[in-house]
Amino acid sequence: MGLRNFFDRIEPHFVKGGKYEKAFPIYEMVESFIYTPKTVTTAAPHARSYVDMKRIMTYVVIAAIPCILMALYNTGFQINSAIATHGASGWRAAIIDMLGIGYNADNIAANMAHGFLYFLPIYLTTLVIGGIWEVLFATVRGHEVNEGFLVTSMLYTLILPASVPLWQVALGISFGVVIGKEVFGGTGKNFLNPALTGRAFLYFAYPAYMSGDSIWTPVDGFSGATMLSVGASDGYQALAANGVEWMDAFLGFVQGSMGETSTLACLIGLVFLLITKIANYRLVVGCMAGMVGFTLLLNVIGSDTNPMFAMPWHWHLVTGGFAFGLVFMVTEPVSASHTNLGRYIYGALIGFMVVMIRVINPAFPEGMMLAILFGNVFAPLIDYFVVQANIKRRAKRHV
Amino acid sequence: MEGLLSLAVKAIFVENMALSFFLGMCTFIAVSKKISTAIGLGISVMIVQAITVPANNLILTYLLKPGALAWAGFPDVDLTFLGLISYIGVIAALVQILEMILDKYFPPLYNALGIFLPLITVNCAILGGSLFMVERDYGLAESVTYGISSGFGWALAITAMAGVREKLKYSDIPDGLQGLGITFITAGLMAMAFMSFSGVKL
Repeated sequence: MGLRNFFDRIEPHFVKGGKYEKAFPIYEMVESFIYTPKTVTTAAPHARSYVDMKRIMTYVVIAAIPCILMALYNTGFQINSAIATHGASGWRAAIIDMLGIGYNADNIAANMAHGFLYFLPIYLTTLVIGGIWEVLFATVRGHEVNEGFLVTSMLYTLILPASVPLWQVALGISFGVVIGKEVFGGTGKNFLNPALTGRAFLYFAYPAYMSGDSIWTPVDGFSGATMLSVGASDGYQALAANGVEWMDAFLGFVQGSMGETSTLACLIGLVFLLITKIANYRLVVGCMAGMVGFTLLLNVIGSDTNPMFAMPWHWHLVTGGFAFGLVFMVTEPVSASHTNLGRYIYGALIGFMVVMIRVINPAFPEGMMLAILFGNVFAPLIDYFVVQANIKRRAKRHV
Repeated sequence: MEGLLSLAVKAIFVENMALSFFLGMCTFIAVSKKISTAIGLGISVMIVQAITVPANNLILTYLLKPGALAWAGFPDVDLTFLGLISYIGVIAALVQILEMILDKYFPPLYNALGIFLPLITVNCAILGGSLFMVERDYGLAESVTYGISSGFGWALAITAMAGVREKLKYSDIPDGLQGLGITFITAGLMAMAFMSFSGVKL
């Protein structure tokens, strides 16, 4: 127990009145990362549960593991496939050549390694820059550094395209952490999803780097459209002609942001989150119902000019970021509605908005990000009306 | 009919008065602390908007436009330079009437709105609605639709804003940002979420 003794020995310096009083949040972060916190509640109510915030956040990261693995594999797979025709260049190629890994797209290890070389710099930048902001705010404002940031940084990395420049990564996570979260007081006090806020900021500030056909696979001269932009211009039937069957889209061997392509990986995460009750099933049910319902309606209405009207719901499910958003963003408890009925409504609103943006709004091919932010804005209002209706109903019963 | 419907959707979501034109910001920020008050103000703005836009449309068509006075025997007169002052006059008169009605029949809402009710007179969303009507050459039916739906869009925005602000009561906002500062940031973030409609063509 040398480490415990070490912590006990240096703790007096960090508590109130100590030499490094100001650095307490940093001490607390390191200590509680390694050991269970000793602090107990002193006043009622006492809720006893093993599932504290740290555990919840860890579970979400665990749930994201299938998506992370898929992100590594698919990023590498797409790049290696493109390199076969377009040639390799850059420092990553130098490393791969040095290690003698090669660019064989059929080799799982080679794909993983190449994907890793793209994933890691983005993730590290996110962690370092976002972490600096996090620690800075915690130190100045005297609150604890929260594990929520581990989730935010992981999810943020997964929803970026592999070709994104690192300075944009830094800018986006700074916006997400500072404006999306810290100005409201930190984890649990924000009203928008911080990862999505950062992504949306980049999307509107640097559209050329965040949408289009040439950004998803960072190989010079290679251009590959996402399924949704193919669907928007030629209809979903054209996807099969491009060599994308529904199964490919479901498994995730397609163009897209790093972690969002595989619906299967997201669903594995969803099952884990539902079993551990981190994710509320009502949000998932509501969102699916909204998406399927509105899609069926649009299928019936039909359109001669817009091929997206005919896209069936099982394609909406596997294209773009729908599955990823559904599993990791819609179910985020802080920015969602908090009442049970409200959760259904909130989910349905997002499901409806996704399809609305994808199909009816020609400006954006994908709508999950904006739909969730839109849902976040209306979540407190939905709660308010649900609570008011409940009050009214019970008052009536009591006359 | 279809044209009116798409005009309504456009006025509510795509060209939302508060979150895409940033009109009516003073009231939007000042009266969005409580949801119930925000709903009351939203409805008032909607009513005022629904009456003033068509009323101003009638004034424009039958009094101000070049040749509008032909019915009175002055086919060459062009009174459009009187536009701004007549629109404001109509709005001010209407708000006065609305104020008296609220005072008489809905005193709690009247007290809650306080100074901001007379301030609807100078709410830029209201005058903006009338000026958009002039600029875009709306007919009477379009004016009615536009008035109601742009007012509704503004009401929707302020209600959502009040919802978020009620939630933010439990937040721990840095001292320097409390009050107006965080409200401006919130409005900006909400506008970002409303970007989901920008580009919708109907």
